[in-house]
Amino acid sequence: MTTTSHDDVELVDFDTVLAAYDPALGLEVHVELNTATKMFCGCPATFGGEPNSHVCPTCLGLPGAMPVVNGKAVESAIRIGLALNCEIAEWCRFARKNYFYPDMPKNFQTSQYDEPICFDGYMDVDVDGETFRVEIERAHMEEDTGKSTHVGGSTGRIHGADHSLVDYNRAGIPLIEIVTRPILGAGEKAPAVARAYVAQLRDLIVALGVSEARMDQGNLRADVNLSLSPKGSGTLGTRTETKNVNSFRSVERAVRYEMQRHAAVLDSGRSILQETRHWHEDTGITTSGREKSDAEDYRYFPEPDLVPVAPSREWVEELRGTLPENPTEKRARLQSEWGFSDLEMRDTVGAGALGLVEETVALGAAPQAARKWWLGELARRANDAGQELTSLGVTPADVAAVQGLVDDGTLNDKLARQVFDGLFAGEGTPAEIVAARSLAIVSDDGALSAAVDEAIAANPDVADKIRDGKHAAAGALIGAVMKSMRGQADAGKVRELILAKLS
Amino acid sequence: MSADLPEVLTRSAADLADDLASGATTSVELTRASLDRIAAVDGAVHAFLHVDAEGALAQAAAADERRAAGQPASALDGVPIAVKDVLATRGLPTTCGSKILEGWVPPYDATVVAKLREAGLPILGKTNMDEFAMGSSTEHSAYGPTHNPWDLTRIPGGSGGGSAAAVAAFEAPLALGTDTGGSIRQPGAVTGTVGTKPTYGGVSRYGLVAMANSLDQVGPVTRTVLDAALLHELIGGHDPLDSTSIAQPLPGIVDAARQGATGDMSGVRIGVITELGGDGWQAGVQDRFRESLDLLVKAGADVVEVSCPSFVHALATYYLVMPAEASSNLAKFDAMRYGLRVLPEGVASPSAEEVMKATRAAGFGDEVKRRIMIGTYALSSGYYDAYYGQAQKVRTLISRDFAAAFESVDVLVSPTAPTTAFPIGEKVDDPLAMYLNDLATIPANLAGVPGISVPSGLASEDGLPAGFQILAPALADDRCYRVGAALESLLVEQWGGPLLAQAPALPSEGASA
Repeated sequence: MTTTSHDDVELVDFDTVLAAYDPALGLEVHVELNTATKMFCGCPATFGGEPNSHVCPTCLGLPGAMPVVNGKAVESAIRIGLALNCEIAEWCRFARKNYFYPDMPKNFQTSQYDEPICFDGYMDVDVDGETFRVEIERAHMEEDTGKSTHVGGSTGRIHGADHSLVDYNRAGIPLIEIVTRPILGAGEKAPAVARAYVAQLRDLIVALGVSEARMDQGNLRADVNLSLSPKGSGTLGTRTETKNVNSFRSVERAVRYEMQRHAAVLDSGRSILQETRHWHEDTGITTSGREKSDAEDYRYFPEPDLVPVAPSREWVEELRGTLPENPTEKRARLQSEWGFSDLEMRDTVGAGALGLVEETVALGAAPQAARKWWLGELARRANDAGQELTSLGVTPADVAAVQGLVDDGTLNDKLARQVFDGLFAGEGTPAEIVAARSLAIVSDDGALSAAVDEAIAANPDVADKIRDGKHAAAGALIGAVMKSMRGQADAGKVRELILAKLS
Repeated sequence: MSADLPEVLTRSAADLADDLASGATTSVELTRASLDRIAAVDGAVHAFLHVDAEGALAQAAAADERRAAGQPASALDGVPIAVKDVLATRGLPTTCGSKILEGWVPPYDATVVAKLREAGLPILGKTNMDEFAMGSSTEHSAYGPTHNPWDLTRIPGGSGGGSAAAVAAFEAPLALGTDTGGSIRQPGAVTGTVGTKPTYGGVSRYGLVAMANSLDQVGPVTRTVLDAALLHELIGGHDPLDSTSIAQPLPGIVDAARQGATGDMSGVRIGVITELGGDGWQAGVQDRFRESLDLLVKAGADVVEVSCPSFVHALATYYLVMPAEASSNLAKFDAMRYGLRVLPEGVASPSAEEVMKATRAAGFGDEVKRRIMIGTYALSSGYYDAYYGQAQKVRTLISRDFAAAFESVDVLVSPTAPTTAFPIGEKVDDPLAMYLNDLATIPANLAGVPGISVPSGLASEDGLPAGFQILAPALADDRCYRVGAALESLLVEQWGGPLLAQAPALPSEGASA
């Protein structure tokens, strides 16, 4: 039996995959905590900084240095676990995961192995109005590695590089790894379930306030496990693990791609190779990484430099009291407060815009207006740019400000879109852009009246129809006026003027 | 003892502290005397890997200024000390006796070293040791063996042979050692000095380059029991940088040593460990042990024999737990960030992995490689339960044996090591014979309990020192000092002076005072 990566297969049509196979999904999400200090030392756990400026003997792995557990990281881990309906261990230990890599200072990662701090939880995920229960196997604490930069090669990968640079600022930043049980029965919705799970998990992490949770900055990193089994067989096939899929959209695409690729390999009578695969954002495909057999031996054993973590039940209950609202209940509350239809709510959640709309509404925009911008204009632009709404560079504050200008009559929707152009071009705040681009609606009645007169004169047939009571015909004149005003007029007001002059 | 040995070098640290307090001497004088002694005899003994004369004298001058201002930093302010090369010292090379760390100068101090500095003890230098503390003879040092001051052709014990020899050769009044399976106590026994392994967690391990984290402890190496207590008190206590250090006050160990020195043992219950003696143990060592026991009985102690059946498995258990932890600890020596870097021969553009391999092949000695291999194997998938997992279970049994024994006795005793010092070279190629040296000392490390070794006299066969080991329950280090000080005072009275007074003169080079 051949087992190769089959990177050159002809993908199977998605519907055809579903006719023959059941997909099984598994997601591993790493969340970088926003604690002030690192997991096991007092160095700042902040993003960036001069290379190797946030380091000390402990996170550099100098001989003799020892770790001490960051209590705040334990607290964040427990809150994440509770929010995911997990059990919280009464007693658990850290373990050493031993392997050699230059960006890992000790050549072992201090992680948790068979005693995770959180285990046996679940999250209910909404996809197109249907709820999938995703079971959480575990959420455990560990430290991040340093970061290698390969210099001189064309690909930025280690092969072909002249030399590599290592920055240990990231080494020791606390991570929580959240691992699902195999998600079965999602069928055609597997890609959407994967995306919705990651999106909803991110919302939860943001609500908990334990991480910046920016996928584009690597605060939240998803690994996608996927396997196919013959339809109805009830077995689990060989899985692949696609690493570091860094947007919701990519999670969906990666699942879809792997389903189609697995089916192609299996259909040709070959076997799936258990391996790590790389996701390519630009081409939307995965390629073979390193082979990952179960024989890979990390020689885990309990970390002897740390005492066990034994959170008291009182503390756990105290932390339970600090949890944000349950996401499902929160969605129901928001839908009722906003007066959204089921479809509107589903689209909002599906677009990953719930939090954005909520923030925009909190800043004063009407719910429907907020929804309209995020799911319309901004979703279109995100899609064109292949980006997430959250990484577009337009904030809820911007959207609320633009809508405020519409509400007070300064802008109409068309002008507002030009303000967004300005925002994407980095031209300043909405008010600055309106001023700089002279976008405000002309409220000078004289100029407007003259433009209306001009349009009536230029379109006598249309004017006659309106005089005959066919008010719907006013649209053609409004268009002409707006054109001559270069859009800087309030269409409602133009209509009023036309009807008044022709009545 | 050499006739021309200046009296100041033979005095205990406690006496030197008094001399400094009374103004009878100065720290500069003491430090210079130690440095002169090192210059004179260390060519033959090789206790030191690095001597910091300039730094020590500067620290001594600062100590004298504090004394003159009436503000000594501690009772031992100004008393010089030697530090085992496994402890990180800011600005001083720290090699752990290994080529792989040759020239490495730590940017930070181990907590115990920081405490020495705060207390004002001038640091004379760094002492020799088996590479990464792996050995019982100091022959596994990459920088050559240390010689036993009692007989320069013999080993000084290990891994802390350098610290023990420095103290026994009167090069330093005090030293720090570390004890993972006996590396303080066994060298103490074979050099006629005193060494304590404190309760696990009693002294911070931060800055101790770990061999086996769950077994390692830093402790005092001295010539008297009281000195050991004074130094132990100075370095002990909770350290926020070591979460395995115990967050409760040390027992009154100095008081216990002073109380014990009265020689009154009435009401003290002593258990002799059945399993640690008999066939295979040197007769002269056992004779001195029995005589010591008799003295304690005469002083009022009740002595019974206690069986600790699991102790027969201690050595095997140790040689799974220790290498497992060591194999992981030593992974960090990879040429990427510090220490030795060796480029593979005949490779034009070597990868990081190839450099790691070449460096580790060249930088580690055979004993280190042996233990890395054993440990890697013991932790491997499919073998973990049978080896590392099983060893942890036996460890629990050994702890239970101790707990059961301490229900009926206050302390447990045995000879510290099965034999006196053996000739250099005799066991270096026979790992199993070497490992047997630690038979009696290992159980305390596996259970985390404290132990002390005090000299019990000279074995009649070879005229070399033997040691008497006293073990106590965790956190009851004071009992070790009470019984140890009592035995010491009884023996010194019998001998008419300290055992080291009987040591032969050392060949001297250059200007000895």
